[in-house]
Amino acid sequence: MFVFRLDTHSGVPPYLQLVQQVRQAVLLGFLQPGDRLPLIREVVEDLAINPNTVAKAYRQLEQENLVTGRPGQGTFVDEQQSPAMSASTYTSLRRGLATWLRRAYAAGLDEQAVDALVASVRQQTRSEDVA
Amino acid sequence: MTATGFALRTDGVGKRYRKGWALRDCTLDLPAGGVIALVGPNGAGKTTLLRLVVGLLAPSTGTVEVLGHDVADSTPQTLSRVGFLAQDHPLYRRFTVAEMLRFGRSCNLRFDQELAERRLAKRGIPLDRRAGTLSGGQQAQVALALALAKRPDLLVLDEPVASLDPLARHEFMQVLMGAVAEDGVTVLFSSHVVHELERVCDHLVVLDQGRVTLTGDIDTLLAEHRLLVGPRTTHDLDRSAAVVEAVHSDRHTTLLVRDGGLPAAPGWQARPVALEDLVLAYLRRSSEPSATVPSGVAA
Repeated sequence: MFVFRLDTHSGVPPYLQLVQQVRQAVLLGFLQPGDRLPLIREVVEDLAINPNTVAKAYRQLEQENLVTGRPGQGTFVDEQQSPAMSASTYTSLRRGLATWLRRAYAAGLDEQAVDALVASVRQQTRSEDVA
Repeated sequence: MTATGFALRTDGVGKRYRKGWALRDCTLDLPAGGVIALVGPNGAGKTTLLRLVVGLLAPSTGTVEVLGHDVADSTPQTLSRVGFLAQDHPLYRRFTVAEMLRFGRSCNLRFDQELAERRLAKRGIPLDRRAGTLSGGQQAQVALALALAKRPDLLVLDEPVASLDPLARHEFMQVLMGAVAEDGVTVLFSSHVVHELERVCDHLVVLDQGRVTLTGDIDTLLAEHRLLVGPRTTHDLDRSAAVVEAVHSDRHTTLLVRDGGLPAAPGWQARPVALEDLVLAYLRRSSEPSATVPSGVAA
């Protein structure tokens, strides 16, 4: 059974954390089509979290066509219509990133510096896309 | 769900004790069907507001409407829809848990004893123990089970987890959130701890020195606010109404802004703000001596 976790210091709203965890798990294959997500009540009692938060996350996942809720049965992961990326693209991106990370560490950056650099470049790329 | 869709509406509510105003100009519209946190430092007026809501106090000014009914015109029927758990979960120490349940059943129009027994059994709390011999966490569980056995539409809790250790706190919230999921009860609770609020509530009311300084749906509040970090600015940013707080270091300025605020200038980074930081910024702001110029903290 899929298990959610919450990071209360990330600044990311809890419902969005749940959404992102399912998205990632689907992308990485930890969640497969037909898998059942935990019931809202199960997530609530596990994390001591507001049920509306879980319901909101599940609604958003349904809107994104990642999952389907079946009344009385639960929420199930859908067959993905168009995979976000092919396995080979995923592998190649991952290798490229690993190479880059090794270079960054070799150049003396630590994890925090890497995170800051990634955030800064991401920000720049985003503003270039908008412009 | 009530006819109005509001669990609680207050209009211009104030409460004056002999030593002065504990609460002033309190106007709130809080929706039913969610979890509402009332946050503020000790002495902010939280307990006063909660006691006004459940009818244990009468307001000096304004009106309090709970589940669509003016609290001033409460009847046993309207009161039976509201549960109240006072600070420190008071129980009769020499009563056994079973006696507490019998007492609860005889004092309430509606009381689901079976539900309470099931909840307590799930937590392994024996019915034949005297309340005074239970641990703090278990006493809190008994008090919560009693309050929920009323099957209230609105449950009001005054600092329910303040006296509990982290594990007991988590267990208490598990049961409380479970009740929201299963029974659809609307929860209004006060807390002077802002940590971990985000995971349990939908709606927030920040109270300081007897006044409401921030209220709203939490996702909306978080979406409306952001932190802007950039080069130190001598600009008159602080005076802009959109700036909640400005903190300056030698080279950087960090601004907490509310939407409609400043356009992102080059060199500035926008970041989401965590709920805890948002609440603290508003509390710091309202504790500043002059409310006319919401200027920042110069470092």
